[in-house]
Amino acid sequence: MANMELQWYHVLIPFLPLTGFIINILLGKEVTRYKAHWFAVSSVFGSWLCSLATLQDVLGGKIIDADLYTWILSGTFKVGVGFLIDPLTAVMLIVVTTCATLIHIYAIGYMHGDTGYYRFFSYLNLFTFCMLMLVMGNNFLQLYFGWEGVGLCSYFLIGYYFNKKSAADAGKKAFIVNRFGDFGFGIGVFMVFLTFGTLHYADVFANVSSIAGKTVNFLGLNVDLPTLIALLLFCGAVGKSAQIPLHVWLPDAMEGPTPVSALIHAATMVTAGVFLVARCNPIFNLSEIAMNTVAIIGALTMFFAATIAITQNDIKRIIAFSTCSHLGYMFLACGVGAYAAGIFHLYTHAFFKALLFLAAGSVIHAVHTNNIQFMGGLKKYMPITYAVFVIAGLSAGGFPGLSGFFSKDEIIWSAYASHSSVGKFVWILALAGAFFTPFYTFRLIFRTFFGEYRGGLEAEEAATHAHSSSHGSGHSSHGAGHDSHGSGHDPHGHDSSHGSGHDSHGGHGHGPHESPYIMTVPLMFLAVGAIAAGWVGIPPLLGGGNHFAHFLQPVVGHPEFHGTHAEEWGVMILSTTIALIGLGLAAFMYLRKTDLPERISKQFSLLYKILYNKYYVDEFYNLTIVQPTLKLANKVLVGFTDAKIIEGIVNGVPNLIGIFSQKLRRLQTGIAHHYAIFMAAGAVFIVALVILLS
Amino acid sequence: MAVPLSWYMLLSLAVFSIGVFGFLSRRNIIIMLMSIELMLNGVNINLIALSHYIQDLRGQILAFFVIAVAAAEAAIGLAIVIAMFRNRATAHVDEIKEMQG
Amino acid sequence: MVSIGFFIYFAFAIVVLSLLVVTRRNPVHSVLWMLLLFFHIAGVYLFLNAEFMAAIQVIVYAGGILVLFLFVVLLMNLREELSIGKYTTFGPTGFTFALGLFVAVSMALSSFIAAPPGKYSIDLIKQETHVKALGKLLYTEFIYPFEIASLILLVAMIGAIVLAKRRLKS
Repeated sequence: MANMELQWYHVLIPFLPLTGFIINILLGKEVTRYKAHWFAVSSVFGSWLCSLATLQDVLGGKIIDADLYTWILSGTFKVGVGFLIDPLTAVMLIVVTTCATLIHIYAIGYMHGDTGYYRFFSYLNLFTFCMLMLVMGNNFLQLYFGWEGVGLCSYFLIGYYFNKKSAADAGKKAFIVNRFGDFGFGIGVFMVFLTFGTLHYADVFANVSSIAGKTVNFLGLNVDLPTLIALLLFCGAVGKSAQIPLHVWLPDAMEGPTPVSALIHAATMVTAGVFLVARCNPIFNLSEIAMNTVAIIGALTMFFAATIAITQNDIKRIIAFSTCSHLGYMFLACGVGAYAAGIFHLYTHAFFKALLFLAAGSVIHAVHTNNIQFMGGLKKYMPITYAVFVIAGLSAGGFPGLSGFFSKDEIIWSAYASHSSVGKFVWILALAGAFFTPFYTFRLIFRTFFGEYRGGLEAEEAATHAHSSSHGSGHSSHGAGHDSHGSGHDPHGHDSSHGSGHDSHGGHGHGPHESPYIMTVPLMFLAVGAIAAGWVGIPPLLGGGNHFAHFLQPVVGHPEFHGTHAEEWGVMILSTTIALIGLGLAAFMYLRKTDLPERISKQFSLLYKILYNKYYVDEFYNLTIVQPTLKLANKVLVGFTDAKIIEGIVNGVPNLIGIFSQKLRRLQTGIAHHYAIFMAAGAVFIVALVILLS
Repeated sequence: MAVPLSWYMLLSLAVFSIGVFGFLSRRNIIIMLMSIELMLNGVNINLIALSHYIQDLRGQILAFFVIAVAAAEAAIGLAIVIAMFRNRATAHVDEIKEMQG
Repeated sequence: MVSIGFFIYFAFAIVVLSLLVVTRRNPVHSVLWMLLLFFHIAGVYLFLNAEFMAAIQVIVYAGGILVLFLFVVLLMNLREELSIGKYTTFGPTGFTFALGLFVAVSMALSSFIAAPPGKYSIDLIKQETHVKALGKLLYTEFIYPFEIASLILLVAMIGAIVLAKRRLKS
């Protein structure tokens, strides 16, 4: 592939959103206010156009690796702000800018009338900037910069309704949980620098074969160097992409506004971990242990998240667990060496998952609650939302012909056919996931759109009141997952503004109704993506060329599969059948025998409870990490370090100076003769000194 | 037989030292100011004697400026004495301790 | 021989008069002794071929500064002055330091080396007259210091007026 000079439109891709951010954050409160979306949307749209031009370059066989300017230069350590644009980056650019543009447009309608309107759009723009810097960087430090930048924006946006305690807590939780992963990631970057003496991808990957088989002393143990680096980098990916054991932040992150969930917690930021693994594939390829770890963690997350999702009642949390699960698929693919399949799933997932979230946002916008128990029958009120929701669900569930089918099938086949020693194990889990995904997605759809309308917000409030009066306060923990949009006690005055925008809103006798065009049109575009985005990667078996994998091959290589066409057919038919069974079972349980789910949950109440409480991971962490940390903080840090040491220093130094100056001020007698005598003594002393020394 | 230069210097030193003694020991501020004048005169004697012996008029120029500055200093110093006397009704330096730290 | 005799007289008179100035209890006496002292110093200047400086000494010091001192002394109530000790408690300390300074510097005098003679020999000054030679130097080479000195005197004048003036009742 030919190298190419950096063009102006390459530079514009990240910096247009930054400009939008700067304009809105500086002028938003006074000037742009409710016109903030003009700058925000146009800047992101501009960078989408630039991304298309860039994709054109990359399709023409060009690779750009250029430094914009030198960021840090210290001895042999040299890092620039620079861009590496290769097929992998091009795919990510398209995913990020397309989703960002559509979600920005959607947010115009969704956030309409919010007091923090300009703030919301400036954070979204800042996020887009950081994400683009992350995917475009040509060195690990810029990757780390973007990585922390998106984490920060995620924190801002999860805690967007900061007067709501649960939202503020969720933001903190996301940030702190991510710190665990980023700590390892940071050490990984250090290790890369120590090993290779540079942080530039090109130099690192060119020399990567030199470290194969080397060992290094780490914490007193001799460990394999590539394994160590790969696993440390993977730590960051686990945190950012919400994999076990750091997955706990993602469901709580649903406290943020729905466009945020769609953009950050589904389409782009959480996939940064997959991008990282794919980008660093030369390092991962050197270590079988690291690869197997990636595959197993991905597969386990996929399985556990999918099983949790089938019991949840919060519409956004179901989709959040679905996101966890799909991210697990991507890691699974990377772990068996099929990076192209992982990235392909990332690409299709961005469309159908963003669509799921935005459609869910549209539903929440209409019924003002997140709890699917109080929805139902929305099909006739919201036909467009219903249609796109079904498309997204089919795509996510792997219905043949849609985007999700091709990518998921590619992953399952890769898992089966790869040489990986854990391939068969993860393949079975992947098949299980293929059953659960359509099941919980269509459970959600049937509960939301079919049957009778169950009252929305008012019904929920009545239920919680009755509940809390009879059961006391013991039930409040899992009912708290509302999008602030639906909350009746919303501090931002959403309801009133929405009510005035669309004459009959909420459940006041008229029932819910369809969202405005500014929200539904982006949904339709995404629906097109959810259907057709996967068509670039149709496998040869079905008459396609698998162009996607060939496009990415220069970056991530292509795994060698062993398997016959017959096997491939068999795997495909098996997974499709399983998916259809899942769909059918959901239809049977939630359309035909609607009392069956209740009976099953009674029958297997222990299992149901475990799943409903997400395997008690949060409680476990609370007991083992959060509480001891808080105790340590209160006892040692507040009680001793802060009170004794810090305050001792802070107060002690001025006190010491005070005591000293109290002594010193005696010198200032105010009597002129004292000063005169000091002066004369000085003069005598100097003269004597001169005489004695000469 | 001419007078040696060192005699003049010794004289000037004596006058200067007497000025220093007066400044350090007297409590009346007017005498202290006069002691300063004594010191300046001691310096002037030295300057003019040197100017004569090394045949350079610049010493006298310097003495001339010393006299100008001494005049200014006396004027300001005595104005301060008057202001002080008006406020505190004393000319004794050791009774004034406003600047005590 | 004559000049040495005159110098011994003048030096002796100057030292004695200086001591009288700093030791008299009554400031008026001090001022009057000082007047006599300045005339003697002017006499020394005459010995040193500095007749202009001698004239300045008499006019500025004796005629100007000392009269100012005298006025200030007369403005004050000095009855108390005559009844309390004239030295502060630092008298002995001051004497020690003054003596120390005298001894230290006089020890240094022996090692003094004069600079090579300049161009203003006694004959040249006699030929050109002292005032003319000094004036030429003052208005050419030292014109800026001269101007600055005038500024200092102006500031001193204004400062003295401001400081000594009674506050106007507002």
